[in-house]
Amino acid sequence: MTASLTMIGRSIRLSRRNFDLVIMAIVLPVMMMALFVYVFGGAIGSVQSYVDYVVPGILVLSTGYGATSTAMSVTDDMKKGVVDRFRSMPINGFSLLTGHVVASVARNALATFAVVLVALLMGFRPAASPVGWVLAMGVLLLYVLALSWLAAGFGVVARSVESASLLGFFMLFIPYLSSAFVPVETMPSWLRPVSEHQPITPVIETVRALLNDQPVSSGWLALAWSGGLLVAAFGWSTWLFGRINRR
Amino acid sequence: MIVETEGLTKRYGSTTVLSGLDLKVAEGSVLALLGPNGAGKTTTIRILSTLTRPDGGTAQVCGFDVAREAAAVRGMISLTGQYAAVDEEQTGRENLVMIARLRGFARPAARARALELLERFGLTDAADRRVRTYSGGMRRRLDLAMSLVAQPRLLFLDEPTTGLDPVSRTTMWDAIGDLVRDGVTIFLTTQYLEEADRLADRIVVLHNGGVVADGTADALKNSVGGTRLDLTFPCAEDALRAKAVTGGTADGMTLSVPSDGSAVHLHRVLDDVLAARVDVLRVSTHRPTLDDVFTSLTAVAA
Ligand SMILES: Nc1ncnc2c1ncn2[C@@H]1O[C@H](COP(=O)(O)OP(=O)(O)O)[C@@H](O)[C@H]1O
Ligand SMILES: [Mg+2]
Repeated sequence: MTASLTMIGRSIRLSRRNFDLVIMAIVLPVMMMALFVYVFGGAIGSVQSYVDYVVPGILVLSTGYGATSTAMSVTDDMKKGVVDRFRSMPINGFSLLTGHVVASVARNALATFAVVLVALLMGFRPAASPVGWVLAMGVLLLYVLALSWLAAGFGVVARSVESASLLGFFMLFIPYLSSAFVPVETMPSWLRPVSEHQPITPVIETVRALLNDQPVSSGWLALAWSGGLLVAAFGWSTWLFGRINRR
Repeated sequence: MIVETEGLTKRYGSTTVLSGLDLKVAEGSVLALLGPNGAGKTTTIRILSTLTRPDGGTAQVCGFDVAREAAAVRGMISLTGQYAAVDEEQTGRENLVMIARLRGFARPAARARALELLERFGLTDAADRRVRTYSGGMRRRLDLAMSLVAQPRLLFLDEPTTGLDPVSRTTMWDAIGDLVRDGVTIFLTTQYLEEADRLADRIVVLHNGGVVADGTADALKNSVGGTRLDLTFPCAEDALRAKAVTGGTADGMTLSVPSDGSAVHLHRVLDDVLAARVDVLRVSTHRPTLDDVFTSLTAVAA
């Protein structure tokens, strides 16, 4: 327990000192949001209704950036030999990864806060009650936790920090194939099944419904996806970490 | 025996790094594992410190099997790897407090221990600077300090002074000497014969995946041949004339004569040379260095 807390303290301290990383994780989603709202918003509908539509998508997009930097910092520890020091000590193996994951969640929370704040300035007027907000943030948190463990696993297997950063490519790309920015119904019919059945669509739909105080239709599906991903990613990452010594 | 291995093997793809390594290290001693780059020193240390699994053979450290009882082994050892395992973006103090917390020290005790180690390793002034700004020698010292937060029974040092300037090297050597006096067993690797000679009770030479020599520095030196006398003459002809009475090998103005290193032998050689009416300018006795040992061992085994 102390080991995990110490590792969490370490990762958070290192995040604070690598502030470029945090700034990127905040500024990029905010800029993306401005781009979508002001450039595409007019074409798709009104700016007002589009900002209400797009905020959940931006929040999920920014978790992708967060996950990428998590994977990169895990790989950095793996390659620098810091991990050897920790692994030769009598401490629980996955406390190092726990530290990275908790710091990742904290960075994401900061980015989420910043995106919501800027969105409010841009006219975002969610109809959600406080309960709706709490539920929406809860759904997002579970998703971020799952994604962070997945990123930690990528960080363990990646051969270099550069290859870990490739995760960002997918994380940037996948949200476009979801209902993040445009409704799935507007996509060509061959793409629709992909978009409808990938995990982030239900997460986005649920967050969007909760924030805009609309009926939630895919809530359980979102929880099932995130929960399942969390269990699988946690198992995978800790298993990978335990196997490093076979190399 | 604090370390005992039998037939350790390790392969990476088609490269055989260790092919049946047998090692024994007595508690309280200093063992130097000597070998050129790529000999498998780091691999051996990684296996013994539970970071890598051997493909075959067994290794016991402090009485525990490194593969099956890794957790117990980790409680007894500390590792200072070949590359300093320190957090660049934390300060020296933060690095030490972190390790102390991980070792189970309560917060105040962790801070006190960090302070103690900073003082002992001459890092007090740099304590609150980020490690990124440290010199190579400071980094190495911090790395060693981090390995000593909880006093280990066995300390692994993988090339502790490679790349250090002479002053930092001496500081490291002194620190290692202090540890030996405290009764810590030290298992170090090095490419420097001088370092092995200075620090180790026993030297094991690693070559082609196995042990090619094992003994004290003196025993190893004796194994390649004893002392020789080098006599220098005013000219090459004198050297040849002297050679006619003493034997040995002449090389220019120098004549090398095998010797047992005793005063009696030296006396006799000089008497013989003087009786042949040849003047000697200088005499020196020459003991083989570990370099000679190393060259001859690796040449034979190759
Ligand atoms: N993880 C690894 N994967 C592949 N080859 C490795 C790995 N680690 C070491 N080797 C190879 O094993 C040999 C011994 O390496 P090492 O133990 O680091 O030697 P030393 O520490 O004596 O320089 C080298 O040829 C090296 O390339
Ligand atoms: Mg090495």
